[in-house]
Amino acid sequence: MPLIDYKTALNQAFAEELTRDETVFLMGEEVAEYDGAYKVTKGLWERFGSRRIIDTPISEAAFLGLGVGAAMMGLRPIIELMFWSFAYVGFDQIINNAGCIRYMSGGLINVPMVIRGPANGGTSVGATHSHTPENFLANTPGLKVVAPATPYDAKGLMISSIRDNDTVCFMENTLLYGHRGEVPEGSYTIPLGVADLKREGTDVSFIAYGRALLTALEAAQTLQAEHGISVEVVDLRSLRPLDEEAILNSVSKTHRVLLIDENKPFCGISAQIAAIIAEKAFDQLDAPVLRVTALDAPAIYSAPLEKLQLPNTQRIIAKALTLF
Amino acid sequence: MTAQKNLASSIEDPINNVFTSEQKIAALRDMLRIRRFEQQSFKLYQQEKIGGFLHLYVGQESVAVAAVGLMSGADEMITAYRDHGHALAVGMSMEECMAELFGKATGCSKGKGGSMHFFAPDKHYWGGHGIVAGQVPLGLGLAFALKYKKIPGCALCFLGDGAVNQGVFSESLNLASLWDLPLVFIIENNGYSMGTSLERSSSIEGSLAERAVGFKMEREKINGNNFYELRAKLHNVMERARHQCKPSLLEITTYRYYGHSIADANHKKYRSAEEIHEYQKNHDPIMLWEEQLLKEGVITPSTMESLDQAAKEEVAAAILFAEASPWPEPASIFSDIYSEVDVGSDAAKRGTYFFSDTRL
Repeated sequence: MPLIDYKTALNQAFAEELTRDETVFLMGEEVAEYDGAYKVTKGLWERFGSRRIIDTPISEAAFLGLGVGAAMMGLRPIIELMFWSFAYVGFDQIINNAGCIRYMSGGLINVPMVIRGPANGGTSVGATHSHTPENFLANTPGLKVVAPATPYDAKGLMISSIRDNDTVCFMENTLLYGHRGEVPEGSYTIPLGVADLKREGTDVSFIAYGRALLTALEAAQTLQAEHGISVEVVDLRSLRPLDEEAILNSVSKTHRVLLIDENKPFCGISAQIAAIIAEKAFDQLDAPVLRVTALDAPAIYSAPLEKLQLPNTQRIIAKALTLF
Repeated sequence: MTAQKNLASSIEDPINNVFTSEQKIAALRDMLRIRRFEQQSFKLYQQEKIGGFLHLYVGQESVAVAAVGLMSGADEMITAYRDHGHALAVGMSMEECMAELFGKATGCSKGKGGSMHFFAPDKHYWGGHGIVAGQVPLGLGLAFALKYKKIPGCALCFLGDGAVNQGVFSESLNLASLWDLPLVFIIENNGYSMGTSLERSSSIEGSLAERAVGFKMEREKINGNNFYELRAKLHNVMERARHQCKPSLLEITTYRYYGHSIADANHKKYRSAEEIHEYQKNHDPIMLWEEQLLKEGVITPSTMESLDQAAKEEVAAAILFAEASPWPEPASIFSDIYSEVDVGSDAAKRGTYFFSDTRL
């Protein structure tokens, strides 16, 4: 199987769907002639032209809203946010319009749109460009949220998201764009709401998504090698819908659980998962549900401190050891 | 210039030359239907049959009716929260609209949207939006989709005078002009953004439509009580949008008789009773249209009476329908959220979509 990076996997997904479905178009800042701020859309403008691949002015609220209106009319917009942090100036369009129109119209209107872009810290760009709003988005019934960690998952989930009849918020990560992995050529889909067991284990379950999944896998290896602890790693991939079954199955198997994500802890994704485990698997637990999240402060600029702020293997290992 | 002269000024416009007597009467009928619907809604709100907010269109009826009368089957339309008039004008039934106000299962949105959120995509009507200016970029999207699909129609995007000071309005003017979208922005200027008068809310050069100037966009100010002028000028900009893909910004002057919403208890404090009375007496769009049609001999005084009677009866029947309709089932709280869940597609078979108890 070809070895390609995360951004190329996404690029292939766009090309597949743009070719397959005339109603798909891609819009955002610098996505066309510039090839994308992070080159995720490289070559698409040359191949599909200005009608399908569209550069916008810096007007997130307007082009997010345009996407909603076009989707109501049966098109399938892929709206790129250069950073998910920029969604905050267009939040009304995402939450009130993409998120609520189907409900408020009694099901008369669908909004089949993908809103995508990187949502991560760790790049020394300060708090305004480092937000991880997946919890805000997943807090809105009507929106779907996915956060793939690997190139394979990114391509399959992107194709599913574009074909989905609801709005999917697709959380990427600039630090993952260059990561390589095996990805089949051609089209394939991964259903939303299905987690993936990235590592089997018996002593403790790590539940993670996005870049934290890779950190969790690294920590799992060290725990096995240095402490003889067998870690199971569940990759959520999709946050809403959420594969509760996969979470509960793993907890029932290992009886210990550590939730790992780069989201902030207060009402973050891990807080929701902790609540689900407390409610549905309390009797299975041999230890409290613990979490490793971003440290609870705005994203700091200074590089060495920012590394501390996001979950790293040391913090994960230290926290995991307290479960035994 | 008297109102009568005003009305006659655009009568010879080509689009008004092909305006048949039947269509003229239909316009009067639709305006009356809206007015009676709104007036009864007001009473029902006071009786607590209707909850939440209720933004009435009384005084502004001519705007939606004239615009809808000019729509082709390829045109699309979207508006803000003062949306009952537009809904009735595009042909939504009084029954489904009244039932929605009551929160009943038979409502146009099954009781899930309420007053501010009426939709009828089959009638090219895309709502009904509660957040000021929130619908404006959606209007862009409607126009974008028409152009993308190579459909020779235009999108009408209605907004209030208060919406022009939201950032997304300016962003949308820029995009519409930059990309040559077939879009008509229609500011229905009723003089007040909630309780703040135009003078206290907007810095303008003559007309709100002048906001188009910096965006290289055509603009026009229209007297909203002059039905012929409305038709003539709207028709021109709609044709420009349809055939040249050029957007326009219109300011249509109008007036609302009631408060911003019924909950607006202050509406007689921020404006005088004389101001309201003067408008009703001299500028009421239904009164002026009726006088014009009488003068043209299109109707007789008895026509007016029978149209009004029919409108009242239609509203009365709609109220009975709404009263008799069932409340939505508790289980319906969880439908119409995710299309995949509703149709039970493969995508919805795995994963949890709702995180509260769903068994009610």
